Amino acid sequence: MININSLELSYGTDEFRLSIPQLKIESTEKVAIIGPSGSGKTTLLKLISGIIQPQRGRVEIGEVAINELSDPQCRDYRISNIGYIFQDFELLDYLNVQDNILHPFRITQSLKIDNQVRDRVKSLAEEMGIADKLKRLTNNLSQGEKQRTAICRAMITAPKLILADEATGNLDPSNKTKILDALFRSTDKNKATLIAVTHDHELLDRFDRVIDFKQFCDGESV
Amino acid sequence: MIDSFYLAWRYIVFNRIKTITLVLCISLVSFLPFALKILLNESEHQLMSRAITTPLLVGAKGNSLDLVMNSLYFSKEKPDFISMKAIEKVMDSYLAVPIPLYTRFHAREYPIVGTTLDYFEFRKHKVAEGRSFAMLGESLIGADVAARLNLKVGGSILSSPENLFDLAGVYPLKMKVVGILQKTNSVDDKAVFVDLKTTWVIQGLGHGHQDVKKIADESDVLSRSDKLVTTSTKIKQYTEINVDNLGSFHFHGDPSIYPLTAIIAVPNDEKSATILSGRYLSEQKNQQIVRPKKVIEDLLGNIFQIKEFIDAVVLIVAIAMVLAIFLVFSLSFRLRQKEISTILHLGCSRSTVVQLIGAEILIIAVFSGMLCFSSLLVLQYFQGEIVHQLFIS
Repeated sequence: MININSLELSYGTDEFRLSIPQLKIESTEKVAIIGPSGSGKTTLLKLISGIIQPQRGRVEIGEVAINELSDPQCRDYRISNIGYIFQDFELLDYLNVQDNILHPFRITQSLKIDNQVRDRVKSLAEEMGIADKLKRLTNNLSQGEKQRTAICRAMITAPKLILADEATGNLDPSNKTKILDALFRSTDKNKATLIAVTHDHELLDRFDRVIDFKQFCDGESV
Repeated sequence: MIDSFYLAWRYIVFNRIKTITLVLCISLVSFLPFALKILLNESEHQLMSRAITTPLLVGAKGNSLDLVMNSLYFSKEKPDFISMKAIEKVMDSYLAVPIPLYTRFHAREYPIVGTTLDYFEFRKHKVAEGRSFAMLGESLIGADVAARLNLKVGGSILSSPENLFDLAGVYPLKMKVVGILQKTNSVDDKAVFVDLKTTWVIQGLGHGHQDVKKIADESDVLSRSDKLVTTSTKIKQYTEINVDNLGSFHFHGDPSIYPLTAIIAVPNDEKSATILSGRYLSEQKNQQIVRPKKVIEDLLGNIFQIKEFIDAVVLIVAIAMVLAIFLVFSLSFRLRQKEISTILHLGCSRSTVVQLIGAEILIIAVFSGMLCFSSLLVLQYFQGEIVHQLFIS
């Protein structure tokens, strides 16, 4: 369960201010976050993943208060327990699909690549329909294939929390549905929590809950 | 750590053109000062080792460097000739043993050195195969000449004409190879040694032809008297000297004025060397005596002055290159900010990012080092040849 209490973050003087008195998200819940641009949706994902720290308040994932961890502890926790999907995929063009999926294992010493992990790459790739493209450089993939690769990378550590920042934002309508299907399948299989920032209102009814960020401008609890 | 190198390697392979350019630049900048040092050390070694063992050189007045380079290294610069009388002068002084040298001609690209057997004793050269020349037209060849021209004892080598368009010139002389010198690691390995008289035959001062008294066709005889027979040009000239025609070879003119390029004077002792040098200073208007060591030291002094200048230029280029490489890396990392930020967002530590960048730099440095080192090895292998081409021939 994710529990956010009395969270406050601001940039500059009055340019940006995010205030969340309370936000609770249950385990295995699929939550969509909507709201106008600049309202702080992406900032919330970064706060939950510990990429940025709030000025006040507490972010708990299960028993762990992520904003109270030291920087190395926080990074270690993030890479092992949180899968982050970026809007523009953020794949490395010099690595092939397989290496991109395995990337989290190659940039931390706490995760080791073994046969089990390699099998997991294959099964994830099969689930996402990119099993035949594992040896391809990402430059040679379609947008949909790139996002599937990014989802595989987020899922490879079998995280219990998946943060998707407009994961379908760059995709055409037919791909959007397919990618969301794949993401939901994978989330269900892992019994993970999904928090997805989205602008696609037609996809909202597929989520368990929708949080409109507009309310946090008024400091409401959810 | 291995993963850092793996990712760095993938990045380098993906950006191979950029990497190759960078590796070539770094290798070149690292290679230049070392290469210069190797070549200069080798040139110093080659020039000095021979100069030290040659105490005095007598030659025509003029450029002493040309005289030394031609006499010690058989370079293409020809000093003016001196005559055989110069030998008598050294001999008559009883202060030194003269060893004549005549290095005007070539066989293919190899110099033909006309000298006496004293030369080999003086240089402490040994015959590896066959024997020394004993007869007119015989040659003793250096080890490299034998290897490169695939010549064996019993084979032959042809002198090259000085000028291809000289229709009135002397016919090339076919010289029999009677011996091959042991490898000496000096220019003597690339020389064809013959008796002094053989070089005069090559020049046309001596020649052999069919016996004019036994000409069958009288129409070839233009005039005949008791002392002189004049023939047409149909008479057969010998281009090879063998036992059968050796007797027909003869020289025209006064042998005491036959040319030499230099005389190696081996003094009895240092005092004799000084006295002999003094005599040339005071008496000789057309000849000079030089100490090769001194001449080469002066030359090396000039070369090392140039080296200091080149070193300074290389240093400036190296600094500029280091700055350029630094700029390339910093621009590259600026371009990769998004990638680095993604890695950090995924949970990578800053130290791992540093490790990744370090691994890339290390791989490029190792490749540059390997390329530089292997180039230096190649240079070292050919340094003798290169120095010979650059500084000696």
